[in-house]
Amino acid sequence: MPERVELAQNAAGRSVPTMVNGKPQIPYIGVGKYQPRGRKQAPPIRSNKDYPDSGDKRVPDLETALRNCGLHDGMVISNHHHLRDGDRVALMMLEAAARIGVKDLMWFPSASFPSQQSAIALMERGVIHHIEGSMNGPLGDYCTQGKMRGMGVLRSHGGRWQAIQDGEVHIDIAVIAAPTADTFGDADGSHGKSACGSLGFALADSMYADHVIVVTDNLVPFPCIPWQIQGNNVDAVVEVESIGDPAKIVSGTTQITRSPDRLRIAEFVARFLRDAGIMKNGFSFQAGAGGIALAFVDYLRRMMKEDGVKARFVRGGSTKYLVDLLQEGLTDYILDGQTFDLDAVKSIAGDPRHVPTSPFTSYNYHGKGSFASMVDAVVLGATEVDVNFNGNVVTHSDGRLLHGIGGWQNCLAAGCTILAVPSFRDRIPVIVDEVTTLTGPGELIDVVVTERGIAINPLRKDLLDAVKGSKLPIRPIQDIKAEVERICGGKPTRPKLGDRPVAVVKWVDGTVLDTVWQVSA
Amino acid sequence: MPSTGTKVRAAEAGHYGKDIRSDLHVAIEPREGGGLEITLESRVAPYYGNSILTQTRQTLEGLGVKHARVAVHDEGALPFVISARIETAAKRAGLASGQKSLPDKVVLPEPSARDRLRRSRLYLPGSEPKYFINASLHGPDAIILDLEDSVHHGEKDAARILVRNTLRAVDFGACERMVRINQLPLGLEDLVEIIPEAPDLVLIPKVERPEQVAEIDRMIVELKARSGINRPIWLMPILESALGIEYAMPIAAASPNVVALTIGLEDYTADMGVVKTREGGESLYARTRLVNAAKALGLQAIDSVFGDVGDLDGLRHWGENSRALGFEGMGCIHPSQIPVIHEAFTPSQAEIDKAQKIVAAFEDAQQRGLGVVSLGSKMIDPPVVQRALKLVARAKAMGKVNS
Repeated sequence: MPERVELAQNAAGRSVPTMVNGKPQIPYIGVGKYQPRGRKQAPPIRSNKDYPDSGDKRVPDLETALRNCGLHDGMVISNHHHLRDGDRVALMMLEAAARIGVKDLMWFPSASFPSQQSAIALMERGVIHHIEGSMNGPLGDYCTQGKMRGMGVLRSHGGRWQAIQDGEVHIDIAVIAAPTADTFGDADGSHGKSACGSLGFALADSMYADHVIVVTDNLVPFPCIPWQIQGNNVDAVVEVESIGDPAKIVSGTTQITRSPDRLRIAEFVARFLRDAGIMKNGFSFQAGAGGIALAFVDYLRRMMKEDGVKARFVRGGSTKYLVDLLQEGLTDYILDGQTFDLDAVKSIAGDPRHVPTSPFTSYNYHGKGSFASMVDAVVLGATEVDVNFNGNVVTHSDGRLLHGIGGWQNCLAAGCTILAVPSFRDRIPVIVDEVTTLTGPGELIDVVVTERGIAINPLRKDLLDAVKGSKLPIRPIQDIKAEVERICGGKPTRPKLGDRPVAVVKWVDGTVLDTVWQVSA
Repeated sequence: MPSTGTKVRAAEAGHYGKDIRSDLHVAIEPREGGGLEITLESRVAPYYGNSILTQTRQTLEGLGVKHARVAVHDEGALPFVISARIETAAKRAGLASGQKSLPDKVVLPEPSARDRLRRSRLYLPGSEPKYFINASLHGPDAIILDLEDSVHHGEKDAARILVRNTLRAVDFGACERMVRINQLPLGLEDLVEIIPEAPDLVLIPKVERPEQVAEIDRMIVELKARSGINRPIWLMPILESALGIEYAMPIAAASPNVVALTIGLEDYTADMGVVKTREGGESLYARTRLVNAAKALGLQAIDSVFGDVGDLDGLRHWGENSRALGFEGMGCIHPSQIPVIHEAFTPSQAEIDKAQKIVAAFEDAQQRGLGVVSLGSKMIDPPVVQRALKLVARAKAMGKVNS
């Protein structure tokens, strides 16, 4: 059980712990207010003499590799989630650690997935002390019901890089699943039977961890080209039969939503970009792989063609729909953070204009800039948004963990941030008085697009002016909220949250933005 | 217990399950005493659990149900659906006879004009509440709450009550509110339930003789008088057989409330024993005959639905042909068909421009007291002027011309 925690009120008015898993925390003090000092962390110096001249770092199995890297109680071990729900390597690693007999590990995945729910048993047995990384499904419930010994820490993709480079999280051993690797440890995600596209989420782990183990099911002779992960950072290479289930790593064909309401939202978003003058030659945008986002890209593609407009770059999560843009000459580049379907994997493997990126280039807030703020428009989802445009993406309205933050917080830096959401789900209004868990400050959220109308943040007078004369249903957010509450039969009751923190939501600069509170089972 | 003497029994209504949305399931087990014992399972319990329990209790009390075990399994149903399902379950249990549980009423839209635009009418199965609330957002000229073919025989009673509550509680915006009833005698029960909620138009299925229309018209007149409705409720007979087509003209003339004729091609081709094709040659006679009968009486002719939701090009082609034959609209079964249909039934800009010139010339001639309308060196015949006036009026209604 977590120790008694001191709480402080942060600049967003949220009550947050001042100590998390034994480490002092800085409560959020506002967008762009926190000024970090000091130097980045670095891994220990190594010497070529300790590695074979042949470059062959193969070790018979993962257990041996973990032993060789000195795995012991209380260490931090990490994985990436590019294999999504198809990943087999994280559990392989955790089970090997259990066999070795170590206790109290901190597991630090870039995200966890429902197929990894047997990590719960390993927490019960004491092998894992706690998880820092997104949790949903059974793992999320385990955390929100207060059963995890330490506190969950939710970070954005950029925030995870920031935490590693700033030394907030020190990774002892990183285990990197690699769809292709050579015996030296160079690795890549774009080829092999378990191909997943970019391996960007593993890059920080490979650069900053004390020890790095690459696990592959497609070992090739040196060199593995391309090499997004460099063997010079790698201690050991383990060859296994299979790193994951290809059917769950990438989807075959991503399907656009057929829900008329969602299609309407997607069309509104595309028309908004056109009417606001954002869709113009040389522009850039990012949209995820959800149903609305895919449909949005398809609508935008048609409008770009009609108006003869071409983008300079688009940001992935990439799917067939972004690949279509590239192939039809509607964008010069795809800068890709993760690769969702077969068409996209094929494209990133074969088209030099489809470029893998990492959270360092795309999202890291403690760097000399990042791509996030250079994107003209981004289309995101949310569980809730409040009348001040604050967004929640991590918890259900009842406080249970639902999603990781992903790149969501980082994307808020875009020129125009759009939340594309239905106005209610199963009678539960999406626009509320106050979000359950603050994940994104309202000052960074510009537009909320629902099937009943589009609300523009009053702070964005420029956008309000830009769409004057547009036929789109632009409405005050309060107005949409009132209509939905009428339909739903009144305001929903606010669920009672516990008073014990079970996880924190970090802001992109490492300060604590909000708390996830215990919810009864 | 109920005074009507009907047998009281355990009963249920509605639906639940992983794939069900916006509906709920109610199981009622009447008992001799002990009051109401209500249990609730709901995916929205943390937000609306108390509200659903209160509504359930009040609804049952309002229906005169005093003693029963009631299990509610909710999948995020809106209040007007909740009361409909409870009422249905209670009636199936032999309780609440002659009682209604009516939700709050939204303001009725303006009465619908006889000759309003009817390019698209979106079919909504009367037993699928999840489609109702957002249907009008997609901008069809009309929605049809269907009690006939899309409703399973065992669900007719439930759909009737749900559609009644929907007419009362859902704001359909600028859409004309249509209901497709069942054939008589079932259709009479439909009318008794829905007419007090003043639908704008009733679609009568499988009409073969004018007497069918006249009979329904009489019933509606009577039910309107009984519930004090004094706005029009128009009729649109659906001709779905060879016989119906042959009687098109008398059917159209059967009541002054008939505003349009439409055709049901699935049943018609089945009746003819022919295959329905993408081109529709097999129904050309029936469709043109229907158009002619409708126009002869100054009514609208409305085409059938196009069943392949994925084939928008096919739909566009069908719609353009249909307009060329004289139809003024067609049915749709998915919102994605609406913009395609609207485009197909909208005159081209060139047609509108030409018609506007003719209308301007006509107005100019009238002002100057000239009997002959001419445009440039050409004399314009009166029927051409009439067609241009109609076209410009329609284009105005479609928002294609600034008035």
